[in-house]
Amino acid sequence: MSSPRPRVLPGFRLTLGFTVFYLSLLLLIPLGALLLRSTQLGWAEFWHHVSSPRALAAYRLTFTASALAGLINVVGGTLLAWVLTRYRFPGRRLLDALIDVPFALPTAVGGLALASVYSPTGWMGRWFARGSALGDLFGPDGLKLAYSRIGVVIALTFVSLPFVVRTVQPVLESLDRSIEEAAACLGAGRGRTFLTVILPALIPSILTGFTLAFARAAGEFGSIQFISSNVPFKTQIAPQLIIEKLDAYELEGAVAIAVFLLAISFVILAAINLLEGWTRRFQS
Amino acid sequence: MAGHVSHHSSSHAPAQGPTERLAIRCLLIGLALLFVGLFLLLPLASVFGEAFGRGLKPYLEALRDPRTLESLRLTVLLAVIVVPLNIVFGVAAAWAITRFRFPGKPLLVTLIDLPFAISPVVVGVMLLVLFGAQGYFGPWLREHDFRIVFALPGMVLATLFVTIPFVARELIPLMQSRGPDLEEAALTLGASGWQTFWHVTLPGVRWAVLYGVILANARAMGEFGAVYVVSKPVPGEIPLALWVDTLNSEHQGTAAFAVASLLAFLAIATLVVKAWLESRQHREMARGQTSHSE
Repeated sequence: MSSPRPRVLPGFRLTLGFTVFYLSLLLLIPLGALLLRSTQLGWAEFWHHVSSPRALAAYRLTFTASALAGLINVVGGTLLAWVLTRYRFPGRRLLDALIDVPFALPTAVGGLALASVYSPTGWMGRWFARGSALGDLFGPDGLKLAYSRIGVVIALTFVSLPFVVRTVQPVLESLDRSIEEAAACLGAGRGRTFLTVILPALIPSILTGFTLAFARAAGEFGSIQFISSNVPFKTQIAPQLIIEKLDAYELEGAVAIAVFLLAISFVILAAINLLEGWTRRFQS
Repeated sequence: MAGHVSHHSSSHAPAQGPTERLAIRCLLIGLALLFVGLFLLLPLASVFGEAFGRGLKPYLEALRDPRTLESLRLTVLLAVIVVPLNIVFGVAAAWAITRFRFPGKPLLVTLIDLPFAISPVVVGVMLLVLFGAQGYFGPWLREHDFRIVFALPGMVLATLFVTIPFVARELIPLMQSRGPDLEEAALTLGASGWQTFWHVTLPGVRWAVLYGVILANARAMGEFGAVYVVSKPVPGEIPLALWVDTLNSEHQGTAAFAVASLLAFLAIATLVVKAWLESRQHREMARGQTSHSE
């Protein structure tokens, strides 16, 4: 906490001044300019851009695909956090380091690689392609993974993969094992102990991880550029629609949709702050 | 801290206690490996598989392409400009926030984390609204023949925006927990402000600074969306990540993967340094605990 004798250290004006200057120049002025521009549109035009059928379809795909990616990560991420904190096995440290690949690998590379792996000729995609045994289960054309909505979900799962693992892991580590021992002594099996004793303590961190993953996925563009065919009403996500408007010199339309996405970011950020406060109560 | 994962991976050894049957343990480990394999390992392996799939010669040819070398130069240049500014900002912000009381501090902390919550494409639109042809400063810039967007300054601004939180968010919690006592002692003993900073503050936080730096560097070299909006797809005038996109859209698969492999090497190096820093941090924490208990 801060010292009971404030401001005995030097550098207050210099450091705070520089911090505020840097944030104003790089963050606040651009942010303010975007908001100002949107107010100049007028409500009717703003609403026209934000609620066009194309935009609505793009939001629907962006947010449902982000939510699906978040749900996949809730299951996979909780499983990974569990395995990493509870079991010893060869390669555990390597697995732990691999979780952060999406933070270190540029999303463009992730998207390019996923598009290749899940394309009809790729290592995974070929098992679901037209004429393959698995693909035939999904109809005569097989199941298209890359360049379809499924591809969007795959890419969003990739970019948001670390979040649930990294929020659940520390909570699992700090969980008091004696409660589990007590449950075992009272005759509960491991499955029942997990569902009734461990899982309730993990819920806040799982929710926080889901929200962080969702927020990250909803803003993603780089990997989608590679794995989505960018067809309006089918595989186009909201950031792609913004790019399309910019390419057509429709700055006003791009501004309106950008402000809408920004407003949603703020709502998610507020939710994350609330959830993190809740999570901390379970960690100490 | 909102908008990002609250802390690093851990190397705690799994604790002992009641556990599952061996078969269940193996099943869970297998499923976890399958998940990581499908979403992380296969794509990472495919980058190298596709890049080297036709042998070393086409790979090296793609890398020797002058446009690739120009992209590499630009990528390094962006990181060289952005990362030092990010360090100065991170240290200044952490010093102000953890060593002084002032009104509006929670708001400042929220603002620093904000770039993690905003879509990079939206960041690009912000810069266009300011500096684009139809932007607020567009006409003035054109009159004075000065380009910001669709030129290097725009890419720098976009990259600076998306990397704002990296060093600051590593330093703030660490400097908060270390408290001002050592620094106050140094000042009482007659050290100047700068001496205190260089000899007392910095040695205690240098690994956290480095941690923030490698993540900021990876982001600066790999940023796609924000830079995409404010750059023209001219070969040789775009960073590597965008050059991958151009090559891919021209169906030059091997070349795209060869360039992508450079960025994948960067990612692996980042993860190795990160793991090394984390194990170091755990050793230091363990040493701290034993010295306390003695």
